[in-house]
Amino acid sequence: MSTRARVIRGFEFAGLDLFVPFIRLFSGENPREQVATIVRTFGTPLVAIAVFLCAWSAIAASIETSIGAVPGPVAVWEEAKNLVAEHRQERQKEAEFYVRMEKLKEQYAAQGRPWKDRKYSGKPTYFDQIWTSLETVFAGFIIASLVAVPVGILCGLSPTFYAAVNPLIQVFKPVSPLAWLPIVMILVSGLYTSENPMFEKSFISSAVTVALCSLWPTLVNTALGVAAVDRDYLNVARVLKLSWWRTVTKIVIPSSLPLIFTGLRLSLGVGWMVLIAAEMLAQNPGLGKFVWDMFQNGSSQTLAQIMVAVATIGIIGFLLDRMMISLQRLVSYDAAAV
Amino acid sequence: MAGFLELYGLSKEYMTRSGPQVAVEDFNLDIRKGEFVCLIGHSGCGKSTVLSMVAGLNSISSGGIVIDGKEIDGPGPDRGMVFQSPSLLPWLTARDNVMLAVDQVYPHASPEERSQIVEYYLSVVGLADSMEKRPGELSGGMRQRVGIARAFSLAPKVLLLDEPFGMLDSLTRLELHDVLLGLWQRDRRTALMVTHDVDEALFLSDRVVMMTSGPRARVGDILEVDFARPRKRADVLGHPDYYTLRERLIGFLADEDRERLAS
Repeated sequence: MSTRARVIRGFEFAGLDLFVPFIRLFSGENPREQVATIVRTFGTPLVAIAVFLCAWSAIAASIETSIGAVPGPVAVWEEAKNLVAEHRQERQKEAEFYVRMEKLKEQYAAQGRPWKDRKYSGKPTYFDQIWTSLETVFAGFIIASLVAVPVGILCGLSPTFYAAVNPLIQVFKPVSPLAWLPIVMILVSGLYTSENPMFEKSFISSAVTVALCSLWPTLVNTALGVAAVDRDYLNVARVLKLSWWRTVTKIVIPSSLPLIFTGLRLSLGVGWMVLIAAEMLAQNPGLGKFVWDMFQNGSSQTLAQIMVAVATIGIIGFLLDRMMISLQRLVSYDAAAV
Repeated sequence: MAGFLELYGLSKEYMTRSGPQVAVEDFNLDIRKGEFVCLIGHSGCGKSTVLSMVAGLNSISSGGIVIDGKEIDGPGPDRGMVFQSPSLLPWLTARDNVMLAVDQVYPHASPEERSQIVEYYLSVVGLADSMEKRPGELSGGMRQRVGIARAFSLAPKVLLLDEPFGMLDSLTRLELHDVLLGLWQRDRRTALMVTHDVDEALFLSDRVVMMTSGPRARVGDILEVDFARPRKRADVLGHPDYYTLRERLIGFLADEDRERLAS
């Protein structure tokens, strides 16, 4: 394979198919066609985005609220820059704090006084909050997957088991995170009573709520994938007299991996959506809490800051989805070739 | 004389909405050890049903199947099966597909011994250079070669082949006849193959069993084919008896056709 073909494959694998025409263009492959593709895949979305920004700008300027005018795209962009600057400042302060502590520690050592390490306790910046949200959503997602995949496999393997749990699935599936959260919070504060907690209660409540809401797509898709394993493959297992365990691990799971990953991808999407609501109520220091705090704040920047958060949530959600698509490609095989 | 593979009074009844439907009735066949037998008949006559009952993949309504003195009970690796679609696992390489079978029948062999077995069979079917390829990267003929290697690697008592070349073009089919016979010639495993290709049946088998058209399919007639082995296609085609035998086969199938249309 040529380098170019390899680069193209890498891009396609990473879910960056959009950029493939650029590579082809730069390597001089049928320029006219590539330009046409680029105009179609980039030009039209760019136009649409421009139209959207203009409309937003125009409409925003004409709406007055109790806390001032609705910010347009420019104001929101400024606010985003502010948040980045704040983050830098906070990091700077933190670094300075630790430098001071180092000096103090040396002094204490010289005077023979005991020293206890102290942690910097500045307020979390916007980026800390994004990071907390990501940690929470992945914690919830992992809990959900650990439950949903095995249960889904059992459902797919045994129609009896599926019939037994199906009503529960159907009833619990549509429950909103806002309904789960209070229950989870009460349970967590009742059950999670360690002296020296490894995680914050709010973190656990949010993660468990995310798990409860996001496990269903994985469960249902796994069950579907396992139940739909090609009869030919199962006949191979029967002819070879594979044990139950080997049939499941060698044939059933690999063959249903593509659907399992479809489920995981949907689950992560749902989890990310649910997370914001869960964080708002549980006061888990992530993006949801940020939005809530800004709302409570009611300053002139409130709306712009929340809009930055909305954009951030959207972009991260998009990136998470892309990531899952790449993973999905990694595990999918050519089903046409039996 | 009791055969090595014995099918006695074999019947298959399916339950359908309009009541029970008898697909195969009182099917009797004795196959000697080391014999290559083809089952031929019109499509839908129940020949694949018979084969999958021998494989243990399909339940038996009445009668029974005895292999080497033992009544069969469900499927097992003593019967190597080549399916119509190669039924390879698309996420495994050719090597791993065969290895899955080898692992199962040689649980006590060392990993080196097992991979030697796998490599041996894959190279005999002509895939020495494609062992690390997945089914998606192989042509239809190559996939079926892997299927054949997998079945032989089990060192089964009986080989079962369910129209293994039905999905291939005729040139590939001729190639694979030679691959199959080449492998079979080495240790002459008892083989039962289903086909609807008259020339294929004549070239490969020692006996051709003609089945009547279903429902209630049974053995209609049996044709002895005693061309010398190992066989070469040119010799078989040039044999003075070839066209007489072919005539009989086609005649039988044509009669069956007429009866089916009449009824």
